[in-house]
Amino acid sequence: MRTLLLQGLLHQPLTEAPPRPEDVETRALAAQLDAEAQRRLGRSLSLRALDSGSCNGCELEMHALSNAFYDLERFGFKFVASPRHADVLLVTGPMTKNMREAAERTYLAMPSPKWVVAVGGCAIDGGCFAKSYAVMGGVAAVLPVDLRIAGCPPRPIDLLAGLLSLLKQPRAARNAPGR
Amino acid sequence: MHQFQTLSAVVSSGSVVQRHRSWQRILVNADAWRVAAKFLSQPQCTLAGLWGDSGSVHMAILDEFSYNLNILTLGCEGDKFPSVAKLHPPAIRLERAIADLFGYEPLKPSDSRPWLDHGRWGVRHPLGGNSASETAEPYAFLNASGEGIHQIAVGPVHAGIIEPGHFRFHANGEAVVRLEARLGYAHKGIDGLMQGATLEEAGRLAGRVSGDSTVAYATAFAMAAEDALGIAPPPRAQWLRALMMELERLANHYGDIGAICNDASFSLMQAHCAVLRERVLRVSDLCFGHRMMRDAVFAGGAREASVDGLSALRALLPELEKRFAAIVTVYEETASIQDRTVSTGVLKPELAKQFGAGGFVGRASGRSFDARRALRYPPYDGLEFEVPVLEEGDVNARVWIRIHEVKQSISLVKQILRQLPSGPARVDLVRGAGEGLAMVEGFRGDILAWLRIDADGRIARCHLRDPSWFQWPLLEAAIEGNIVADFPICNKSFNCSYSGHDL
Repeated sequence: MRTLLLQGLLHQPLTEAPPRPEDVETRALAAQLDAEAQRRLGRSLSLRALDSGSCNGCELEMHALSNAFYDLERFGFKFVASPRHADVLLVTGPMTKNMREAAERTYLAMPSPKWVVAVGGCAIDGGCFAKSYAVMGGVAAVLPVDLRIAGCPPRPIDLLAGLLSLLKQPRAARNAPGR
Repeated sequence: MHQFQTLSAVVSSGSVVQRHRSWQRILVNADAWRVAAKFLSQPQCTLAGLWGDSGSVHMAILDEFSYNLNILTLGCEGDKFPSVAKLHPPAIRLERAIADLFGYEPLKPSDSRPWLDHGRWGVRHPLGGNSASETAEPYAFLNASGEGIHQIAVGPVHAGIIEPGHFRFHANGEAVVRLEARLGYAHKGIDGLMQGATLEEAGRLAGRVSGDSTVAYATAFAMAAEDALGIAPPPRAQWLRALMMELERLANHYGDIGAICNDASFSLMQAHCAVLRERVLRVSDLCFGHRMMRDAVFAGGAREASVDGLSALRALLPELEKRFAAIVTVYEETASIQDRTVSTGVLKPELAKQFGAGGFVGRASGRSFDARRALRYPPYDGLEFEVPVLEEGDVNARVWIRIHEVKQSISLVKQILRQLPSGPARVDLVRGAGEGLAMVEGFRGDILAWLRIDADGRIARCHLRDPSWFQWPLLEAAIEGNIVADFPICNKSFNCSYSGHDL
């Protein structure tokens, strides 16, 4: 183990430069993170993952955000274990009918201000599961969605860009009322 | 009933509906069905699947000696059929799912509670004669009673980034007396969506049954569809599929070995394993245009690999071997992690055998089945690899099976890269009706795909059976007597699929 730890000290980190949020179509939606929230939370957002019936692909890429290449926590993002500690709910998968109540209760357990991000094609509109008897559709069928990150699953770099857009909202929104 | 001495006697009593090279489907009567269910408890037979169809139920039986697959079909008179679960407990949840989806009730069921149906679909028996739904009722969990026994309810929303499912513990102090899982939260109605889908649409659905096994599912579906249409994909496609399957296995094994250790708070392993996983995903992206190789396998072929990708993969292999060896040494030489994994969550070989547990769950508990070896589907019939088997059945054994399998997969990738045949990677599909079956070895275990294509070339019925059906119940057995705090590490060492099971 000593060798491995020593190598970690001697070698350059694997962590890569952050993506620019402009690279993805999330810019307009980022404006929804208002100035009041920015003032209260600073550059720090607690994330809570909610799987509303995904195939698990999006979860795997969300996990990847914590690896050495993307190192999510350097931007002030942190995955938290309880919705009561969370500012942002990252929802993956089509909203299944069997998960509806759990999703609503998770959202209600979060303190305000709070945001919902639909992660991946299924969360956006139900994807290829939209027409099923067991599926409500996208996350918006149940929760108010603030940001959409497309992909099947979205690459970690797209997730990162989307999340960063939440932090880098335009100055114009500074006078917007808090929520 | 006594005229049946062997399974083959049962099989020959029925009328053959479909006969293929490696499997056949037989229409049997209720007596033969009951006898077959009884044979499932014998060492020679393993239940490989049990699912509904319009007006009938199908039971897939794997012969553990010849590795032949037989499907027995029984008409459901009055929407009833003789219970398999009554004679063979691994069928319990499969029968509950059939009752939920089709409304076919097993006679004298072992467990009549709903399983996938939580009373929220607005419809009952969505694949059978559907009727309006009743309202959701509280679920009656299996009980445990005694002084000091308390319940712990977990989920469906969990603390980590994982899939939804509910776990109900009965604990005495720190010791788990009983665990019962309640699943179905991720039920997306895939069997229903499959009906009437084109081959292309159905292939995309198959690749989204369980996201971590997208290549394995797409391959199982494609092989079943090709079986139904009576075509063979070009050899290059078969080899490219195997290459993707092994990359998928590597990515999952690297990720999970790290994650298991992380559940014992040994995050160093996680950090290093996650780097290897990321490298595999990136090279997969370079080769096939998607990190998880989604939709890169389809009926009739596979996506061609990029030349740059293949040379990057060649260059990456020695790096993976070197780094992984160092990580394994850390695992081996750190007493504090061994203390958490050795003798934790023991799955007894008898249970692994009875349930026909596939993948590393089975192979860590003495069941050596590996579809790549047993069924020798191409190109694995021409590749050299070992199937590691251990007997201990604890978390440590499951980690070690995966460590050994990583080495085997690296070797397989090397062999595939050396021998990759040239030629086209896809063939045009013929239009036609038919029925097909395939079993492939995903990283988690054997995936069974069965489908029927109608005259329009659309899917009439497709059923995809995840290995988790036969692994989830075993997790409940393995955790018994362990401390509650060891549940995450036990659960991760099984790593059953929620979505693949819930469909």
